[in-house]
This record gives sequence, structure tokens and C-alpha cells, in this order.
Amino acid sequence: MSTTTQSRIGETFARLKSEGRTALMPYHTAGFPTLAMSKEIIRALGDAGAEMVEIGVPFSDPIADGPSVQATSQIALDNGTRLPDCIQLVRELRAEGITAPFLLMGYYNPILKYGIERYVADSAEAGVDGFIVPDLSAEEADTLRQECIKHGRDLIFMVAPTSTERRLSIAAERGSGFLYCVSVKGVTGAREKMSDSLGEYIERVRSYTDLPLAIGFGISKPEHVNQVGEIADGAIVGAALINALNAVPDEEKPAAAQAFIRYLKGEALM
Amino acid sequence: MPPSCIPEHSAQEQLTLSHEQRVYQATAELPNANGYFGRFGGQFAPETLMPAISELIEAYQEARKDPAFQAEIDRLATYYVGRPTPLYEATRFATEAGGGNGPRIFLKREDLAHTGAHKINNALGQALLAKRMGKNRIIAETGAGQHGVATATACALLGLKCIVYMGEVDIHRQSLNVFRMRLLGAEVVSVTSGSKTLKDAINEAIRDWVTNVDDTFYIFGTVAGMHPYPMIVRDFQSVIGREAKAQFAEQVGGLPDMIVACVGGGSNAMGLFYDFIPEKDVEIVGVEAGGHGLEGTKHAATLVKGDEGVLHGSWSYILQDDNGQIIETHSISAGLDYPGVGPELSWMKDSGRATFAAITDEEALEGFKLLCRTEGIIPALESSHAIAYAAKHTRHLGPDASVVVNLSGRGDKDMHTVAEALGVEL
Ligand SMILES: Cc1ncc(COP(=O)(O)O)c(C=O)c1O
Repeated sequence: MSTTTQSRIGETFARLKSEGRTALMPYHTAGFPTLAMSKEIIRALGDAGAEMVEIGVPFSDPIADGPSVQATSQIALDNGTRLPDCIQLVRELRAEGITAPFLLMGYYNPILKYGIERYVADSAEAGVDGFIVPDLSAEEADTLRQECIKHGRDLIFMVAPTSTERRLSIAAERGSGFLYCVSVKGVTGAREKMSDSLGEYIERVRSYTDLPLAIGFGISKPEHVNQVGEIADGAIVGAALINALNAVPDEEKPAAAQAFIRYLKGEALM
Repeated sequence: MPPSCIPEHSAQEQLTLSHEQRVYQATAELPNANGYFGRFGGQFAPETLMPAISELIEAYQEARKDPAFQAEIDRLATYYVGRPTPLYEATRFATEAGGGNGPRIFLKREDLAHTGAHKINNALGQALLAKRMGKNRIIAETGAGQHGVATATACALLGLKCIVYMGEVDIHRQSLNVFRMRLLGAEVVSVTSGSKTLKDAINEAIRDWVTNVDDTFYIFGTVAGMHPYPMIVRDFQSVIGREAKAQFAEQVGGLPDMIVACVGGGSNAMGLFYDFIPEKDVEIVGVEAGGHGLEGTKHAATLVKGDEGVLHGSWSYILQDDNGQIIETHSISAGLDYPGVGPELSWMKDSGRATFAAITDEEALEGFKLLCRTEGIIPALESSHAIAYAAKHTRHLGPDASVVVNLSGRGDKDMHTVAEALGVEL
């Protein structure tokens, strides 16, 4: 079994655990609504107390994403945001002194084109702490994994309610940082209700690993975050945040991002 | 009776193939256990799908060893699809194209299969597999609408619920096929994301599959996508080449000198090619969509102009920009308008077993008109690319040579497009 790495991600989970808290981990697509705005939004997420931020790298064919995330990806592509811009975004945020762990979440093909070694090296240098590649299974990820180990960064694998025992053990063995537990069968998107069998599923995953577990897909309310907090170590929020951002004009989006995080943390009403 | 539809080979056997091995091993059984043809293929899919993919592999391995499954496919191929389709020597076409000095040209008449294209061979096979697995909700993607029509047809025949994803752009240029699918009882869902064509329809179908994986079977229409689809679709389509080989031997004797097929995702091509791969004297040519020409990006010549990458779950040649974003392709034929291609064809290219060429929209239209005029056969615009290649680029083979061209479908669906291209108002 693998253990948490010495990365900033591992440290953050360890610290929160000792404080009895759950990590709130918002997702935001780089370049949405513009590259400059996305930087402000990510900064606002940190200011509001998000413990980690997942930064989406736009891709033309995001097969694991529902309509909300897809649309942001398209807008980001239309305004010219590409993988190197995402890395640069992290570099600039780090230069401002932001210390929360950053995860880059992007599909495999742009990474391949950029070059796997270069991707990890440049990202690590810019201040990225971990990587999620939704269309790369643990079996296909050897090269990326080696590079992550070399640079002391985490490669996070996803597991799903449908994952078999064999697949759970492979993800647990080869993943680091945390395991991304997809809450539902389906694509990203806000949902009204968390699955009733979530507890059982998370318990099953737990029996395979000591890694922290973060639950994602469908989380949209403070109740969901609390529910996740009872069984897991982190709550990932993507589409619901995008929906909140879409409800306001661009110039108000950073403030809306901050308000939404405080709402999810139970510190403010929506 | 046609020869049985599924070739015998054990794809689960692990093969070790190194990158240095540049010759397509006809004796090797591909793909290997991980779904690789050389370094192409694999399973690059969201985790939610991985168990469904394994279940599909297992069910397929079982089904193809089951004589009852084989017999059912053979029965439907004969009495429902109308197989074997003829191998027809197009003498007037050959004479006109070759000016009296060109090769003999034979057309494998998949246009005469039920629903008017080769797509039915695969759709029916997968629908039977779905039924066997107890999955009653069928989803499919379609570009030209031929795979959608074939799937809707198979679902009507077998009593399965059918949902077809189709790009908004394709819905407009193939409206006749949309109407056909609806008559056959299918629900056609318009896809408005991305380029609104085939690749986006595939994305949407994958998302549906991810969401409804328990009761849903995804009938994929070509030899691209994640393992096991490139293998399954090839196997169901390989009846084309098996028949053509036997028919050629009977009509002419021996083997043809060259076989030609158009390549979108590559299913009619792999179907024709598969049985000829071990026959080293047979030259294999795949013809891609050259669109407005190969200089810019207004084409869909993935193997001719693309480079390696991952799209829709497999490592293959793709058309992408410098940042790894998938390019929006162009072809006059919706069925070839796709920035990816089957991994086995990528492997055939790299190993040198096949060569690939591009035919422009304009050349395809010329081929289309020539076949109409000389033979009384209206080909699909997709197939017209292979036809045009045979007309333009085979004369050097000489009158003693023979070329087999896969006429993958009929052109009724393309009347609006062709009329528009020729400046005729219907
Ligand atoms: C008649 C016909 N030929 C060829 C194709 C291209 O597909 P493939 O390359 O998989 O044979 C299509 C696709 O719709 C088609 O309808």
C-alpha cells in the first residue's frame, strides 16, 4: 500500500485531519471566462478558505465532463487558453504568495503533445502539486507516474462506484496524494442529492488504501459537504461553482466565487 | 451461406511487440490483451467505464466461441442483410478511367446490403451481442447517418430501445437519414457541442454510456475508439474481405493486385483489408478525405497528414494542433469527416503493410459522376473517394492487373449535398 507523499497535498490533508476538518476543493477551468478573470477567481477561492484548488486545462473533447464544465472549456479555448497558459497561471499565482496546493486537471492528449516529461517538470517548477488526468487509467500511466515521482509531485487516480476490486487496488497502489472518488456513475455536473450508497462505497474504497479520499461529482450544497465530511477527507466542487459564476456578470465572478465557498463552508447564506 | 462472420483468433493472448518491429505480422493475433496493435490502441477511458469495457470484452470472447451466436449472425446476414454482396466487374467504368490501358476494376457491392451500406454488418453483430448481454438500451453515434440507420434497423429487428447521437451540422446535411432513423423508432439527439459533427456525437455517446452503464450497450460504428471496439467492429466487418477474396478467386482466379477502400474511422477499410493482410502480393490502399486540399486544415486526412495522439480512448493517428487540441475537420462526405482513425490502420501505416492517400472533395465528385454515368450505380460520397482513387491512380498497374474497390454504400442519402455542390436546386 502506498502512503501519503511529502508533497503539499499530503501535508494539507494531514493537517486538516489533525484539526478534524474536511478539505474543500473547488475546481475552476483556466481561461473561464477569460484567463485574467480565472486568475482572480482562483485567488478568490483561496481567500475564501478553499484548502486546495483544481485547475482545469481546457480540451476540445472532454468526454468525462457534463455540460457546465464542457461549456467553460469551450469558452476558454475560444479565448485562446492553452496548456502553457495554465502552467503560467499557476506560476503567477505562486508569485503572489498563494500557498494552497494546486492540482492540474487535464485530458491526456494536450499533455502528450506538450511532452510528458516537460509537462511535469514545467508544472512542478511553476508550483503545481499534483495531476489528475481523467482519461488516463492507472495501467496506462507509467511514464507520467515516473515523472511525478521524480519531481515529488502527486498523480491522483479516480475510482468510481463501478470500480472492481482489482481496479481499486491498482489505483490505491499506484496513486498518491489522495484518491479521487467519483460519487456517481456519470459525468461532472451539479446534483440535488448525493447517492444513498455513498457511505458503503467509500468504506469499500477505504479498505484498499491509507490515502486520503476526496469525493467529487455532484456536490452543490453545504449539506453535501457536511455529508462528505463524515465519511471522507475532501469535497471537490466543480459544476455547482460554475453555475454560481454563470449567474453573475463577469466582473462579479470573483466575488461570487468567494461567496459560494463561504456558503459551502456554512459561513454564509446563498 | 456466407462464411461465418467472426474470425477465429484469441485476442486475449499476450503478445510482446516492440517498437522496432516494423513489419505487420500477419500471423500475429492482434490486438494483444491490452488492446494494442503495435503501439496503437489501448483503453484511454474514464474510470467509470473501465468495468463496462471489461464486461464487454468478456461477453464478446464468449459469444464468438458460441456456435449458436455464429449461426444467428450467419442467418441474419443471409436472409436479412442479403449477403453475400456481389463482387461486380465495372468494365465501362474501368475502360473510361483507364483509357483502355488501365486495370480491371471490381466493386464489392456493400451498397446492396440492407440499409445501403456496410454499417449493418457491425450494427447487427453488436445488437445481437447486446441482447445476449441483457442490455436493452442501445446508444450509438452517427456522422453520415448510415451507422445510425443501421443501428436503428438492428434495434427495430431485435426489439431494443435506440438512441442515436448526431452532430447538429450532420443532422442538417443528412436530413434524409434522420427521418429514416425516426421512422425506424430511434430517438435522434442533436449534439451542439464542439464542432457539432461526428467527433462530438461520439463524445456525447460516451458521456451517456458513462452515466447509464448498467443497462446500456454502446454500439460503436467504426474501428476507432477504445479496446475492444477496434477488434469487435473489424471482426464483424471482416466478412467483406472474406467474401471478396473467395469471389475474386472464383471469378478471376488468384488474388487481386490491389484493394482500395475509403477511410473515415476505417471500418469498411479494415473489413475489406483484414483477410488480405497475410497476402503479401496484394497492395492495400486506404483513401482519406482530402477536402479542399491538404495544405490547410480543411480536410480529414488523418493518416496522411496527422500525427500520434489519444482521441476517444485509443492511441492512434489524429488531427490536432500544436497544443494537442483536436482539429475540426472538413469533408464533403459526413462519414469521412472525423479527426481520428482506427489504431489497426495506424499500425498498418507504420508497419508499411498499407499505404494511404487523399482524394479531394472535387475529385470525389468526379468519381461519383463517372460511376453514375458509366455503370448506373450511384455511390455514397464516402465510397466515391475510393472510386476516384481507382479512376485516377491505378492506370500504371496495366491491363493485366485487377483492383478491388470497396463500394461501401449507396449515394441516395447524398442527393442534397451533391446537388448543392453541383449548383443544382432541388
Ligand atoms: C457509406 C459509408 N462509407 C464509409 C464510411 C466511413 O466509415 P468507415 O471508415 O468506418 O467505413 C461511412 C460512414 O458513415 C459510410 O456511411
